[in-house]
Amino acid sequence: MENPILEMKSITKEFPGVKALDNVTFSVKKGEIHCLVGENGAGKSTLMKVLSGVHPYGSYTGEIFVEGELQKYNNIRDSENAGIAIIYQELALIPELTIYENIFLGNEISNGVVIDSNETILQSKEILKKVGLDINPETKIKTLGVGQQQLVEIAKALKKEVKILILDEPTAALNENDSENLLELIKELKQQGVTSILISHKLKEVLAIADTVTVLRDGKTVTTLDAKADLVNENVLIKNMVGREIDNIYPERHGIEIGEEVLHLENWRAFAPGLGREILKGLDMSIHEGEIVGIAGLMGSGRTELAKSIFGNPDHYRIEGDVYIRGVKQNFKNPHDAIKAQLAYVTEDRKGNGLVLIQDVKRNISLANLKEIAKSGVIDENEEIVIANRYRSDLNIKTPTIEQKVRNLSGGNQQKVSLGKWLFVNPGLLILDEPTRGIDVGAKYEIYQIMNELVAKGMSIIMISSELPEVLGMSDRIYVMSAGKFTGEMPVEEASQEKIMELAVDY
Amino acid sequence: MGLAEQTELEAKAKTKGLMEILKENVSEYFMFIALIVIMIYFSFTTDGAFISPRNISNLFNQVGYIAVLAVGMTLVIIIRHIDLSVGYLAGCMGAFAAIAMTRWGMSVWVVLPIVLILGVISSLVMASPIAKLGVPAFVSTMAAGLIFRGALLLATMGTGTIVIKDQVFNAIGNGFIPDIMKIPALGNRHILTLLIGAVAIVLNIFTSLRTRRAKIAYKFEVPSFGLFILQMLLMSVVIGYIAWVLSGYNGISWSLVLVILVVAVFQFITTKTPLGRHIYAVGGNPEAAELSGISVQKITFIVFGAMGFLSALSGVMYASRLQSATTTAGLGFETDAIAAAFVGGVSAAGGVGTIVGSIVGALVMMSLNSGMNLMGIDSSIQYIVRGAVLVLAVIFDRITRKNQ
Repeated sequence: MENPILEMKSITKEFPGVKALDNVTFSVKKGEIHCLVGENGAGKSTLMKVLSGVHPYGSYTGEIFVEGELQKYNNIRDSENAGIAIIYQELALIPELTIYENIFLGNEISNGVVIDSNETILQSKEILKKVGLDINPETKIKTLGVGQQQLVEIAKALKKEVKILILDEPTAALNENDSENLLELIKELKQQGVTSILISHKLKEVLAIADTVTVLRDGKTVTTLDAKADLVNENVLIKNMVGREIDNIYPERHGIEIGEEVLHLENWRAFAPGLGREILKGLDMSIHEGEIVGIAGLMGSGRTELAKSIFGNPDHYRIEGDVYIRGVKQNFKNPHDAIKAQLAYVTEDRKGNGLVLIQDVKRNISLANLKEIAKSGVIDENEEIVIANRYRSDLNIKTPTIEQKVRNLSGGNQQKVSLGKWLFVNPGLLILDEPTRGIDVGAKYEIYQIMNELVAKGMSIIMISSELPEVLGMSDRIYVMSAGKFTGEMPVEEASQEKIMELAVDY
Repeated sequence: MGLAEQTELEAKAKTKGLMEILKENVSEYFMFIALIVIMIYFSFTTDGAFISPRNISNLFNQVGYIAVLAVGMTLVIIIRHIDLSVGYLAGCMGAFAAIAMTRWGMSVWVVLPIVLILGVISSLVMASPIAKLGVPAFVSTMAAGLIFRGALLLATMGTGTIVIKDQVFNAIGNGFIPDIMKIPALGNRHILTLLIGAVAIVLNIFTSLRTRRAKIAYKFEVPSFGLFILQMLLMSVVIGYIAWVLSGYNGISWSLVLVILVVAVFQFITTKTPLGRHIYAVGGNPEAAELSGISVQKITFIVFGAMGFLSALSGVMYASRLQSATTTAGLGFETDAIAAAFVGGVSAAGGVGTIVGSIVGALVMMSLNSGMNLMGIDSSIQYIVRGAVLVLAVIFDRITRKNQ
């Protein structure tokens, strides 16, 4: 066997409280297309960040060898100089600059003082040819489509001698045509001797293009397969991706009666503001009292957009279709209206849009329902303390005092504060978006128990989750989302991880 | 409630000590302490001229029109915006009031409400691109400032300075509350001022006691009783001293009355009402606020509306103080107001700051002004000192916050 161009040996990377990579070994042969697959949070992106120097040498344990030489990168520039280029899912181009300015950003060709535009444009043309983009380099990036922008990004990477090209979900935002073009390009680059590492959720695409596939799960390498072998198909990959047994970490609930319908969606569509891209494509959905409905799907499938579009549409999508709460048609203009109709939404991104981190626990808990503790327009701060303390003990929020600023709490406790805030508005329907992301097992169990208690009281819960075991362990019924559509709906008894994953990658 | 009952209550109270309280509030108390240090320093360097009743009274009147702006600016900065138009809006509104009274012969009692409402409307118009389209406040308010400046020049074109003769209007910036009687034993002292001081002390003790009792009834932690007494004593001394000093000159000025009213109302709104909470939440995390059912747009309008009201009030106070509307009225007010807010602990990152803090900030900046003037320090040096104090205050604030 020929020498690998890249070898990552026993890579372990820990974040506070989480082991993102656990003794990962990853080896890439020269000139191949190597795909990296795994569930959300399996560690793919972290591994690539270690490789590209985003996580510098010393912040992880293990060794990286490129062409047999030990590498110690302190930043991205080091890895670039070593011939490693990474292209992220979110494009890093500057829309207001031209193609050639973007390609040479940070590496401007100049006589020391003044940029030599003519030379830059000339060189840009050459590079653009390599990626098959026949377009004037003086065009501004913002006038290009996403597919073309992706090609510019690759061109930018290719301007230096690239040994290893890493692409993180390059086709996630592309339509079919653009995706195909991109995959063709990667194959062509292979002919030119460029080794590519491709992260992708789209297994069909992976099997079409890859020479080798490595599967990561829970921060560990599960297996590395020869993609051209007969036995390797989507099912094999899916089994390896989800492979773990469901542990018994989901508390059981018994004898909860499913009551009347609480929420009903009919042909629910949403379009992004501005460009008008269709985000949600005609969804029908129904949730009843006492029910926990799981929504599974990969990141970017439109799950959070669905939650927000129901919850008063704060991002101002253009919406078509009808929403009914207990049989009454609703027209929420903002989250305030939704809250009045007894909806609550615990956001996925606690720090970004869930909590006011610089305020203390009690103010966060009372925020969405201040009128409850206000007497003739004046907040009763003593009452507020009583209520905050009640949720602190009910939800077992671990904080020295309720005057503690929320940013000083751990992820699990922040999540409980967020939950407490929404329980205080006394909702009929609770939407939980990734309720246990980044939370340790103990806190997870507590949150599951709380969910069970809530549905026992007749509340309905929509749980959006990327963790399939959680979806299977907690839901009564499951919707699977993919690319803005429900690709499946089933009672939990009929569901399995494989089945869900199959539907989730059904583009 | 008698003393016995209070003793009984105190026995049940959970208390905390001095160090704990100081630790929790170090950055809040710091500027207060800095203010006192500055005042003591100037009292020495000016042989007591700084602390003379006349100068203190002047200081309060000088600080008035900046203080009301600082109150509004505090809210604006809390919700992560800035308002660069306030100075020109104030100048413009002052000129409007002058013209309405002198040229159109309108009564002062009609003019005042119109000016205040006009201030609100101007500010709301200016705020709509900010609130509705997300235009940066920096740009929108700077543009509005230019427009207001132009309007002011237009209004004063031809005549230049417009002299105001209305007694009532001019009393706002120069007058003092009337006295009720003279007590020969106290010499020339302003009796009503002393009386108000006494009432304020009693009220403060009364409400503090009530709050404390409620807390104890809820079984919450309170400062130990000794500390509570000390606190009351300190507050009483401060209030009493200010009243005593002011009574030695002409008593409480109408400017001071206005400032106290504005501070009281806005302090109440920001600390005690849902609206206040909403303002802080929008500043702390606008997206989380929106998802909590708070309309960020509505809060933006309310805050800028309040800023417009206070700008107009500031313009009236300034015009009244000069007894005229001038072409340069309002020049640089926004810098003073923003500086007062930052010195007073408002964070440019949003969500942090108090009304009282900003008032202390305004007092610090104005004390520096007044003290250095009395010492005969050249204005070039004054600018440098004030700039240094501003940046030091912000650095200190940054460090103490990081350590928390």
